[in-house]
Amino acid sequence: MFSYVLRRVLIAVPLLLGITFISFLVIHLAPGDPVDFHTGDLSPDSSAQAKQMLRKQYGLDKPLPVQYWNWLTRLARLDFGRSFAPDGRPVLQKISERLPITLMLNVIEMAIILVFAVPIGVLSATRQYSRFDKATTVFVFMGFATPDFWFALLLILLFAVQLGWLPASGLRDINWEYLSFWKRHWDFLSHLILPIGVATFGGLAGFSRYMRQSMLEVVRQDYIQSARAKGLAERVVIGKHALRNAMLPIVTILGLSLPGLIGGSVIVESIFAIPGMGQLMVQSVFQRDYPVIMGNLVIVSTLTLVANLLADVAYGLVDPRIRIGGRRRQ
Amino acid sequence: MIIRRAAALIVLVLATAACTSEVGGGASDDGAARRAAKPVYGDSLIEALLGDIQGLIPNITSDSASHTIGNLVYSGLVKRDESLRLVGDLAESWTISPNCLDMTFKLKKNAKWHDGRPFTADDVVFTYQAMINPKTPTSYKEDFKAVESIEAVDAQTVHVRYPKPYAKALQSWGTTMLPRHLLESYVNEGRLREAPQNREIPVGTGPYRFKEWRTGEKVVLAANRDYYDTGPYISRLVYRIIPSQATIFLELKAKGIDSSSTLTALQYKRQTDYPAFRRAYQKFRYPSNAYTYFGFNLKDPRFADKRVRQAFAHAINKQELIEGVRLGLGREATGPYKPGTWVYNPNVKRYPHDLARARQLLAEAGWSEKNSDGLLMKDGKPFTFTLMTNQGNDERKKIAELIQASLRELGVGVDIRILEWASFIKEYIKKRRFEAIVLGWGIGQDPDQYEIWHSSKTGPDDLNHISYANPEVDEMLEKGRSSCFENERKKYYDRLQEILAEDQPLVFLYFPDALPVVATRVYGVVETPNGIGYNFTEWFVPRGLQRYTAG
Repeated sequence: MFSYVLRRVLIAVPLLLGITFISFLVIHLAPGDPVDFHTGDLSPDSSAQAKQMLRKQYGLDKPLPVQYWNWLTRLARLDFGRSFAPDGRPVLQKISERLPITLMLNVIEMAIILVFAVPIGVLSATRQYSRFDKATTVFVFMGFATPDFWFALLLILLFAVQLGWLPASGLRDINWEYLSFWKRHWDFLSHLILPIGVATFGGLAGFSRYMRQSMLEVVRQDYIQSARAKGLAERVVIGKHALRNAMLPIVTILGLSLPGLIGGSVIVESIFAIPGMGQLMVQSVFQRDYPVIMGNLVIVSTLTLVANLLADVAYGLVDPRIRIGGRRRQ
Repeated sequence: MIIRRAAALIVLVLATAACTSEVGGGASDDGAARRAAKPVYGDSLIEALLGDIQGLIPNITSDSASHTIGNLVYSGLVKRDESLRLVGDLAESWTISPNCLDMTFKLKKNAKWHDGRPFTADDVVFTYQAMINPKTPTSYKEDFKAVESIEAVDAQTVHVRYPKPYAKALQSWGTTMLPRHLLESYVNEGRLREAPQNREIPVGTGPYRFKEWRTGEKVVLAANRDYYDTGPYISRLVYRIIPSQATIFLELKAKGIDSSSTLTALQYKRQTDYPAFRRAYQKFRYPSNAYTYFGFNLKDPRFADKRVRQAFAHAINKQELIEGVRLGLGREATGPYKPGTWVYNPNVKRYPHDLARARQLLAEAGWSEKNSDGLLMKDGKPFTFTLMTNQGNDERKKIAELIQASLRELGVGVDIRILEWASFIKEYIKKRRFEAIVLGWGIGQDPDQYEIWHSSKTGPDDLNHISYANPEVDEMLEKGRSSCFENERKKYYDRLQEILAEDQPLVFLYFPDALPVVATRVYGVVETPNGIGYNFTEWFVPRGLQRYTAG
């Protein structure tokens, strides 16, 4: 097992290098120049000279391989560099101040999705083609098909403008500092209800469908038949014997969605004015803020590789067939 | 987009405009009572910014959000008043020698930095030094390179000398002043961007002190009680960062924000036209400092022929275009200057909608035969071209479509191509790989447009993208920027406008109207040739109407 993990880690290093190299290349090939965003690309006041100076300051005047090498050597010392944006702050600082809110939103979202998707999937599988199955199918596909931005604006219009129950956007009331302890928490929570609602509605379809599919396959297996033949209650057959096996693929998908947790949804974040990772990434792409884009990419790809590795290891631990198969190969 | 980016420092200093000819609505209890009310302190004003600020030293940023905040925290020696005249801000008074070469400023004695230190002539000298320092990453150097020498005569007197007359000299001292005692070492080391004053503790001389900046969320400012001028009355300003225009609109409807200038023509005219909104907000309307145009690559032999460009000008019905694209919320442009300003020349050649005249002009240029598709032919080739504009600007897309339809009637085929902003500028505009474009220019307070029209400004990083070259235009631009007397400059710019109208290097379409709304409870907001923001420090909310007591 140890050598297996070690080998996987060793393979991950060149993989990561490859990912960063290709990303670096692609970003620099994209038209547009970070310097233009400083000087206001078509501002009559900015001289060609000023732009040259900025390019030099950022090392953009050097050949691409040199730029990549410089970036890489800094990265090796865990220095992600400074943003090209005029605030010039360290990349890690920019990412770390936006990560918590995105992470929090995504974790809550994921939890809610699971809480709803698993029972929906199980019930629609065990009652296949029933009225419940059909109704939930229609419902989750509606969620899947509804454009986020449209649904979000409708919700704001209803709950914030018409009814006035919830705030329209943002994270905190502008008088938040002056609220009492409990009111602060309620205020913060009330700002999260709509964005989480939108994201959950959209994400429900995928998981509940996977769950339904996986459950349908399991209940057809022989061991479920034998469990029923033993005279076990249907509740136990489904809840214990079937569900555990049906959860396996779900766990894999869950593992793979780990990197997505820090990704943040651009649409939801923009409409609800939430300063999260999605907005940061889009802004940095529009501004061609190379250090921030690359920093983000390194973190996401590392997480993806780690998640993959963890999923594989966990699989090996859970499923004896994989563990033994691996040993035989050695 | 381009308009916002192209708008230079000065444009942003004072959200300006010219002649007001129509007020959008306003509150029902307008008039005498509002004007008679006495200003009181207190309340908060909540506004929305579409993008986050980039830094807290406006001299080294170029986005409009940073300048909105920067111009409240800092101030310059001069500013523009309601009729766009330059008046003293940190300067008490000034004198200019008759040959335009020497300028002496007397500074206000009671002006203080937010940390309590007095503002002195030495800070003015420092700001100049910071701006011309090659290590300072600013795009506003040009004005200061024109200076020959600067000297602090005493604590309250600054003397500036220019080697030759420079028209924008006085205006350039509207630049926000920076404190020597805090920033000198950062400027010398070329690390101004990393200074704490650019991130968490800006120290300026302006009407508002910086309180808080939560990245991507909000910027909070508090009234500076030591301000050297009247006000500010509104105690606290909260700028919420809301990247979606749709959300800003819904926040306005939910009364979550007090003022916005990002309403679209449709939102302004139709979707806010109900009693509750009219009660809650005062609406304003005046031409903005920008115009939209239909431009040509003049290196293309077809467009190099003046008659073709004039024919296109005749083919486009500008009034209909303004109606269709802006619901009428814009003014027809006849040249690059805004109607109602001192430099505007109304007596230039105009191009009324006239298809017969357009056909005649095209025929004179050799485009008379038509092929089986109904397209005009010359030398065996049909007249078709690609019209490009940037993504994300619905107005420009609609304009392109209207131009396409109008020119089709003449027998000219137009393909529309919409491109992402950065690639559009870098790959097509700068490399001159375009045939025709729909874009806009922001215009400054000073009429100097040397960078845009002069034939020497056609390099890849220069702004004369269309490669326009006319020796007489060059001469007018050179003369216009080297005089400091308005009446003399007016002659040159009048002639400039005549030539541009005759030449039609681009078809000037319209000046869109700025469409701000401000909560009714805010008193003292007046629409002037300089827009509504110029007297921001005098805005107030009567005690009984104050909404936010905190802060």
